Amino acid sequence: MSSTLASKRFDVKKSLVDAVLAGLIALIVFGPIVGVVLDGYAFNLQPDRVAAMIGAVMLGRFVLSLFLQTPRGLAILAGFETVGSGVHVRDPGYQSHLRWVLPLLVVVALVFPFFASKYLLTVVILGLIYVLLGLGLNIVVGLAGLLDLGYVAFYAIGAYGLALGYEHLGLGFWSVLPLAALAAALAGGLLGFPVLRMHGDYLAIVTLGFGEIIRLVLNNWLAFTGGPNGMSVPAPTFLGLEFSRRAKDGGVPFHEFFGIDYNANFKFLFIYLVLLLVVLLVLYVKNRLTRMPVGRAWEALREDEIACRAMGLNHVLVKLSAFMIGASTAGLAGVFFASYQGFVNPASFTFFESALILAIVVLGGMGSTVGVVLAAFVLTVAPELLRSFAEYRVLLFGVLMVLMMIWRPRGLIRVSRNGVQPRQGVAP
Amino acid sequence: MDGIFLQQMINGLTLGAVYGLIAIGYTMVYGIIGMINFAHGEVYMISAYLAAISLAVLAYFGLESFPLLILGTLLFTICITGVYGWVIERVAYKPLRNSTRLAPLISAIGMSLVLQNYVQISQGARQQGVPTLLEGAFKLNIGEGFVQLTYTKVFILIAAFVGMALLTYVIQYTKLGRMCRATQQDRKMASILGINTDRVISYVFVIGAAMAALAGVLITMNYGTFDFYAGFIIGIKAFTAAVLGGIGSLPGAMLGGLILGVAEAQFSGMVNTDYKDVFSFSLLVLILIFRPQGLLGRPHVAKV
Repeated sequence: MSSTLASKRFDVKKSLVDAVLAGLIALIVFGPIVGVVLDGYAFNLQPDRVAAMIGAVMLGRFVLSLFLQTPRGLAILAGFETVGSGVHVRDPGYQSHLRWVLPLLVVVALVFPFFASKYLLTVVILGLIYVLLGLGLNIVVGLAGLLDLGYVAFYAIGAYGLALGYEHLGLGFWSVLPLAALAAALAGGLLGFPVLRMHGDYLAIVTLGFGEIIRLVLNNWLAFTGGPNGMSVPAPTFLGLEFSRRAKDGGVPFHEFFGIDYNANFKFLFIYLVLLLVVLLVLYVKNRLTRMPVGRAWEALREDEIACRAMGLNHVLVKLSAFMIGASTAGLAGVFFASYQGFVNPASFTFFESALILAIVVLGGMGSTVGVVLAAFVLTVAPELLRSFAEYRVLLFGVLMVLMMIWRPRGLIRVSRNGVQPRQGVAP
Repeated sequence: MDGIFLQQMINGLTLGAVYGLIAIGYTMVYGIIGMINFAHGEVYMISAYLAAISLAVLAYFGLESFPLLILGTLLFTICITGVYGWVIERVAYKPLRNSTRLAPLISAIGMSLVLQNYVQISQGARQQGVPTLLEGAFKLNIGEGFVQLTYTKVFILIAAFVGMALLTYVIQYTKLGRMCRATQQDRKMASILGINTDRVISYVFVIGAAMAALAGVLITMNYGTFDFYAGFIIGIKAFTAAVLGGIGSLPGAMLGGLILGVAEAQFSGMVNTDYKDVFSFSLLVLILIFRPQGLLGRPHVAKV
């Protein structure tokens, strides 16, 4: 057996044939779209781009074909045939090194904004908003296994909740924050209740449709939402104190009240700190939820719905709880996003946002908290740093999603749980 | 009122025929591997680009007669889009045959993003167009107004009908069709009986892409303009049509397409054009809630 493996290892001829075939297909596929660029009713030829792409495809196929002949590659090929187990179980007494790192990280996160520039602060706020969104969607997709493609709708409900609440009811940041979470959860419940009963894949489409409906209504209902022009959002306040240089209506601004110098960063500093607290709270709640019966039920339902129903789980209620908790998290994120931007319009809530949040969850690992936090920062902060690649951002996300599903459908970071040890001295 | 109704009926039927063609791709793939092919709308979008490219190239070589132009464009677009269908299946879905249930769905979304952005980068983000190929129209006087039935629409209806008839023939009476139906009914059993099911799945993707290509050429002829984002909305609507007719059922997809097209056209004629997409998506949500098996489909039964 091992000798045949060794002789197969350098079957270069087969790899060459593979590469040539791939090149031919690349010529057919890329030739017209990449090589012939439409210009009005006429066209320009760009053969060099096609040649470069075909070269890349052939080289890639050649290397891949050679790699798949090595023992390592064969192992990966064999891996496609099996479904890996979802969770890595550790010894019962295992204690993670994270328990030292986490407090340190929290302290750094609390101290960091006082030394950061405004630009850095805004980038990190955006990253944290996506952490919140990723955590929420992670409950829905990662833990409960429900594919929600209209997640951005709940985000929009939160953001527009602040804008509309201010405009029509005179509500501020603090009163909208819980209300938006509630409203988003309610919307999730209304949508989810009839839909969650059905076969899983349909849920993806219904939520996709729902997300588009919300966006189109926001876009078209000029009188109520301002249409494509959007709405302005009030700045957040701290115990009624404003963060602007001068307060409206004869009030006292924040810096005068505390007798400190005015700093334009105050507003973002405030948003950052509140956001950080909310993220920590959500992290804690999620961590507890996964150990509670309902969290266990989510994961069990994800792995085998029929078995769970046979065991007497109410699958609709269990799924609904995941769906609503996920939705309310998005509502919270929406409020922060609106006050961070000071302005909302429907362009922020396209399907691409849903796909981006999904990419965060997929990349971070379904169900893994650490992975999602890391992925959220990588996917939102990296584009800020690599402005020149902005054009290829979406392409990269798409490729990453496909590759991740092929290579590691459970995500980069494996979900690990401590095993349970039966207590001593208790009758079985 | 009558005039508008009849005019919208004509518009709706042509639009619906095209929705039906795209819905076939969704319904066949769902029937055979139980997966929603999110990238199918993007396949349609690519075929619209291919049609425009083919028209531009043929015109460059001085071809002017309509039958030759349209024949060349159809042949070119359908062949290349078919290859796209095959490649997408090979790259994004085939390695995931035995993976978790969510994996192919997410992979399909990734594929859809890739295709959209790839076309945007290589062809530019601006709207593209094709010249009018068939001038002229039948005009019917009704009451105060008149109803216009352009030759393009007549051609679309005929071409869509021929395409559907051809597909029905292939599925019902050829060996390939028998293989497809057998695989759809029971994949494991079909492979035991000597059918190469992996290959049948590839064929299904190619057939779906070819139908989407036909739709792409026809829509491009009718509207004249498109952009890289066009596949998204039409994709959801075609999926709505597939669900309306009963997913997995071929006649259902065609019927669903026609019904959705007419309903949407009547809605935009009588109520409001701005909300016609909202109307279609609401229809989708309502159908899925109240009759997920659609008009001609069978209810989903989970087996262990």
